[in-house]
Amino acid sequence: MKLLLQRLVFVLALPAVLVAVWWFASAGSTDVYWPPLRTILKTFPDVWTGERLIDDVLPSVSRLAAGYAAAALVGIALGTVIGSYQRVRAVCEPVLEFLRAVPPPVLIPVIMLFAGIGDTMKITVIASGCVWPILLNTVEGVRALDPVMAETARSYGITGAARLREVVLRSASPQIFTGLRQALSIGIILMVISEMFAASNGLGFTVVQFQRTFAIPDMWTGILVLGLLGFVLSVLFQLVERRVLGWYHGLRASTRRSS
Amino acid sequence: MLDVRGLRKVYEGSGRRVEAVRDLTFTVDAGELVCLVGPSGCGKTTLLKCVAGLLSPTSGEVLLEGRRVSGPPPGMAVVFQEYGRSLFPWMRVRDNVELPLKQKDLAKARRRELVSDALDAVGLADAAGAYPWQLSGGMQQRVAIARALAYEPDVLLMDEPFAAVDAQTRADLEDLVRGLWRQRGITILFVTHDIDEAVYLGERVIVLSSSPTVVQEQLKIDLPDERDQLHTRVAPRFAELRTHVYEQIQAAKRGAVPQDAKAAPPDVKTDRIPRVEG
Repeated sequence: MKLLLQRLVFVLALPAVLVAVWWFASAGSTDVYWPPLRTILKTFPDVWTGERLIDDVLPSVSRLAAGYAAAALVGIALGTVIGSYQRVRAVCEPVLEFLRAVPPPVLIPVIMLFAGIGDTMKITVIASGCVWPILLNTVEGVRALDPVMAETARSYGITGAARLREVVLRSASPQIFTGLRQALSIGIILMVISEMFAASNGLGFTVVQFQRTFAIPDMWTGILVLGLLGFVLSVLFQLVERRVLGWYHGLRASTRRSS
Repeated sequence: MLDVRGLRKVYEGSGRRVEAVRDLTFTVDAGELVCLVGPSGCGKTTLLKCVAGLLSPTSGEVLLEGRRVSGPPPGMAVVFQEYGRSLFPWMRVRDNVELPLKQKDLAKARRRELVSDALDAVGLADAAGAYPWQLSGGMQQRVAIARALAYEPDVLLMDEPFAAVDAQTRADLEDLVRGLWRQRGITILFVTHDIDEAVYLGERVIVLSSSPTVVQEQLKIDLPDERDQLHTRVAPRFAELRTHVYEQIQAAKRGAVPQDAKAAPPDVKTDRIPRVEG
């Protein structure tokens, strides 16, 4: 109990200090663009009503979820194929390096041409940015399968789908999760950016809309919501990771102890 | 049961040609415990992988119950030296042992029975729910042995299984393997670089030459069936046999051709297989 309390203090101390600094530093501000934190917080409940959550936050989060899921599916599937075959890898690697180097926001105008300006465009943009870290990390993870494990699987007749499911993907899962984690932050960024182009709802759209109508405190609340959203998603991600990769953290802790 | 005939393996790659195994011929009968021993780097692992169907030989063949081995045969289980890399760290002990059985399409009840029986046999019934990395090295190797047992193989191959554990654990594991062999009548081919281990465990010891490998000598171990670490290892007969194997290995290292039977100490029965020049 005491330990838990101590951890809570550690976790909350810095955010509390930062908020306090912001609060007092901005308290007397008369600058239109830097409203006092008090004003921002007072505006918050008025702006983020239930209706707005349904109209703007929900569409944003759904598009993020769809794009992210598509990227995960494609990235892991392609990455497994590329990682498993030396030849495929040799052919694909230069192309992948090139495609990865293209900043995804630059693709928005192009994607708009064929996917229109609706949800499809935004989901495509999110997926096309998220797929790279997942794909490349999956390739690395699958390629790094321990030869002794591979031989064990072979000698016990573990082949085909069972090999993929029980051995290859499990052994690559720590790397795949590294990719998924990177993709999550890219996904949030692209979610916002894609909504700044030709959108009629969503978090990115709302923030830009507030800015254009000089509703500056409202705009600031939008930024806070985005920050909170990112935080919540990262906590959720950690929960899932801890469940799926529990063995990996245990294994690492045990090798650290013995070495 | 297991027939190795004229096995030869040449590795070719990047302009280098390495003949790891030159010409090996030997058999393992059903229910036998045969130890392969040879100087380090003599291609023991290559040989074992060829037998296990994990490598295809350059020439010669391996027959398991009369059938040619061209890939890992279902009747063979392998225990690797690197237990830490051979068990799957994301599975609990129970699931590690059960996974190969799922591939055999056994009913769930039967699988459970085999798993708990195998874990019992290696003395790890309590550890079924643990992850391999929560166990000591010796216990992990026991799990690997349990996995092999549950698979119910015709032949159990063991590739220097105890090379990475400490001496005391090693003694325990040796007794475990011998005990399992006696209780269950399984056929075991045990590869080791440890002469004492080979003599202590085996019914027969096959001494390999240095690379490129041929059979240096085959030696019947006429120690009593009932062996234990305390008495067997100090028995005069044990000392004679191990000295003989040691001399053979030294001769192999010097690259000498297999000595003839005259050089063997009195009473050592050597049954040499005539070498076939390929």
